[in-house]
Amino acid sequence: MKFRTLALAAAIASVGLSSATFSTAAQAQAQEQFFPVLVYRTGAYAANGNPWANGYVDYLKLVNAQGGVNGVKISFEECEFGYATDRGVECYERLKGKGATVFQPLSTGVTFALTDKAPVDKIPLITAGYGRSESQDGSVFTWNFPLLGTYWVGADVAIQHVAKQLGGLDKLKGKKIALVYHDSPFGKEPIPVLQERAKMHGFDLQLLPVAHPGVEQKATWLQIRRDRPDHVLLWGWGVMNSTAIKEAQATGYPREKMLGIWWAGAEPDVKDVGAGAKGYSALALQHGAEPNSKVVKDMLAMVHDKGQGTGPKDEVGSVLYMRGLISAMLGVEGVRQAQERYGKGKVMTGEQVRWGLENLNLDQGKLDGMGFAGVMRPVQTSCTDHMGSSWVRVHTWDGSKWAFSSDWYQADDKVLRPMVLEAASKYATEKGVQRRTAEQCAQ
Amino acid sequence: MFYRENGQFKTSYAADQQIFTIAQDKWFVWGLIAFAALAVPMLADEYMFRAILIPFLVLSLAALGVNLLVGYCGQITLGAGAFMAIGAYAAYNFMVRIDGMPLILAMLLGGAAAAAFGILFGIPSLRVRGLYLAVATLAAQFLCDWAFLRIGWFTNYSSSGSVSVAKLEVLGWVVDSPVEKYLFCLAFVVVFAVIAKNLTRAAIGRQWMAIRDMDVAAEVIGIRPMFAKLSAFAVSSFFVGVAGALWGFVYLGSWEPAAFSVDRSFQLLFMVIIGGMGSIMGSFFGAAFIVVLPIFLNQFLPFLGSLVGISVSTAGVSHAEFIIFGSLIIFFLIVEPHGLARLWSIAKQKLRLWPFPH
Repeated sequence: MKFRTLALAAAIASVGLSSATFSTAAQAQAQEQFFPVLVYRTGAYAANGNPWANGYVDYLKLVNAQGGVNGVKISFEECEFGYATDRGVECYERLKGKGATVFQPLSTGVTFALTDKAPVDKIPLITAGYGRSESQDGSVFTWNFPLLGTYWVGADVAIQHVAKQLGGLDKLKGKKIALVYHDSPFGKEPIPVLQERAKMHGFDLQLLPVAHPGVEQKATWLQIRRDRPDHVLLWGWGVMNSTAIKEAQATGYPREKMLGIWWAGAEPDVKDVGAGAKGYSALALQHGAEPNSKVVKDMLAMVHDKGQGTGPKDEVGSVLYMRGLISAMLGVEGVRQAQERYGKGKVMTGEQVRWGLENLNLDQGKLDGMGFAGVMRPVQTSCTDHMGSSWVRVHTWDGSKWAFSSDWYQADDKVLRPMVLEAASKYATEKGVQRRTAEQCAQ
Repeated sequence: MFYRENGQFKTSYAADQQIFTIAQDKWFVWGLIAFAALAVPMLADEYMFRAILIPFLVLSLAALGVNLLVGYCGQITLGAGAFMAIGAYAAYNFMVRIDGMPLILAMLLGGAAAAAFGILFGIPSLRVRGLYLAVATLAAQFLCDWAFLRIGWFTNYSSSGSVSVAKLEVLGWVVDSPVEKYLFCLAFVVVFAVIAKNLTRAAIGRQWMAIRDMDVAAEVIGIRPMFAKLSAFAVSSFFVGVAGALWGFVYLGSWEPAAFSVDRSFQLLFMVIIGGMGSIMGSFFGAAFIVVLPIFLNQFLPFLGSLVGISVSTAGVSHAEFIIFGSLIIFFLIVEPHGLARLWSIAKQKLRLWPFPH
């Protein structure tokens, strides 16, 4: 009897599975530009993953509300992977079969895993503000687009900002700078640039790793209390950031001397600490919290006021929401640019979108027209430069909101470019990839 | 009616010592292998291969290894993830540092490196048992997590700490399409499953089981506990190490130590417990349960919701997946504490009498 019921259950389940796969095959038929959305709304990083995902999806809804990309409507599907690399790869495999336009995994680990798969499947990867730093070199990394900035840009600007506070790059000599980082490819990315800069300016770099997910940092901050570094750079994500700031408060390390990467500079990181985080600064990937920008007003009017909003309304315009929104915008603009060449009003393939992303040219006029005035600066990509822009600002938490506290910085290409080329060439020899020639680039 | 051994007489010792003494069993297993090797490549699509079948096969192999140690020799281990990591990183280093290293040899050497560490971390098993041993093996996990994150040599000084492999090639055959990767894994799994089955039927497997059932009595009848326990650790770690190399090389392609975290160790132990301790078949059931079921739920729940007209949020699906998955584990442990493999053998028992039960 028991066996019969179990067999019955198994049979029902297998019928369900097959019908589920059939139904997904049917969905892919429609003439819509399909955007897969890899998200993490659960797990240790959900507090930061949620606003990003909401901004991303909201922007796609906004584009549809404005009539689509030259009339082509956007469809999308979320896949939850909880910041786990293997589930992220599973999501990629699941969604790529549905005619995916572009993937934005929001996880450096997943980016590393997908970098080898993207050229085979011919789907571009946008990693706006994360991913592999050397993938800026588009002649080797044909399918990767670390638009707006990489961690090497972040590390370079962080040192520039610290130097400016001290009164010049020469003042860095003999100073102690500690890097508190998430012990994963994400946190390790900036180390080569910081080491290079340490050599150039003669400051002492201290590396302090924090294990995933970052709630256990007592030992790290005891070390900071003992060594008293002049500055602390925080390369954290999710709960690690608020924990670090709380620990800084507990050990009495001045928050003014701390500088976070752009993933450690959003509302969820400081809100719980509130006034205790006052004076803490973080890099801003061009934009900060932008509740007064035109695109946010459009979003509220055309999406949220119609009851179509994905997340809570008060989150619209917050830092990570804007990051998701801008990431989606970059993907959509890649499609728009591709349509310029391959036919307006048509659904673009991944290969065509890749061309669009490589020839992206968002000048200030275009950005202002879309409502991004004051939010970001122009982005122009090329075959050799898949990043398109390396402008960074710094914003500071004043106890209740993020406010800009510096002028625009730009990463020093003299330092970064040779490193990018060297790392990209190393990757190319390891993987047997041929660097694209000028003619191949022009295609 | 169909599943009966009546009329199958064994006339030689060789016939009596076969793996599957009943002809139907033998045909079933041959049929299963033929189906997996011939029919599945034609039926399954790329998603099935890359997201479900390959991870299922690799983790089955790892679960098989853990089962040899936990199920057959009775030594609880929480270090399986570490041995997977050792297998993967050792194979990676053999590939990177020795020019012209054949892929399969590198993977087997990765397994051998894991076996060596398995013996090292198996030494405490000579003194401690049960939960204490589990804690001792946990040390292996933390040591490996630390070593692969901190010691640059293991990752060939990769700046991000993530390593990746170039193309896979076996004697001129480039393993790059999903079907080829699947068949590559399948070949490993079939060979290792046969080895495991034979080991457990041989003298060494009987020694392990004697140790598991009562180590004092085993020692009294002349079994050397040190040899039995350490050989179980070595063989188990070898299997797990090869699985780790497959996981890194074939499934992930590029990985970081987090791919072999303590979660992986727990996952493998749960596969063995749910699948059935001391059963080769159970390792496969357990791997299927742990690997496939969450992915199935994740896709099936929104579909189920749309049938009754509810759209479930992404986070909701994820939470529901955990709830249902957790309840199913409890359900199976209550109705069948000996694991899914026991259900399988009950089914076979019933089938012998079917359709005329007493």
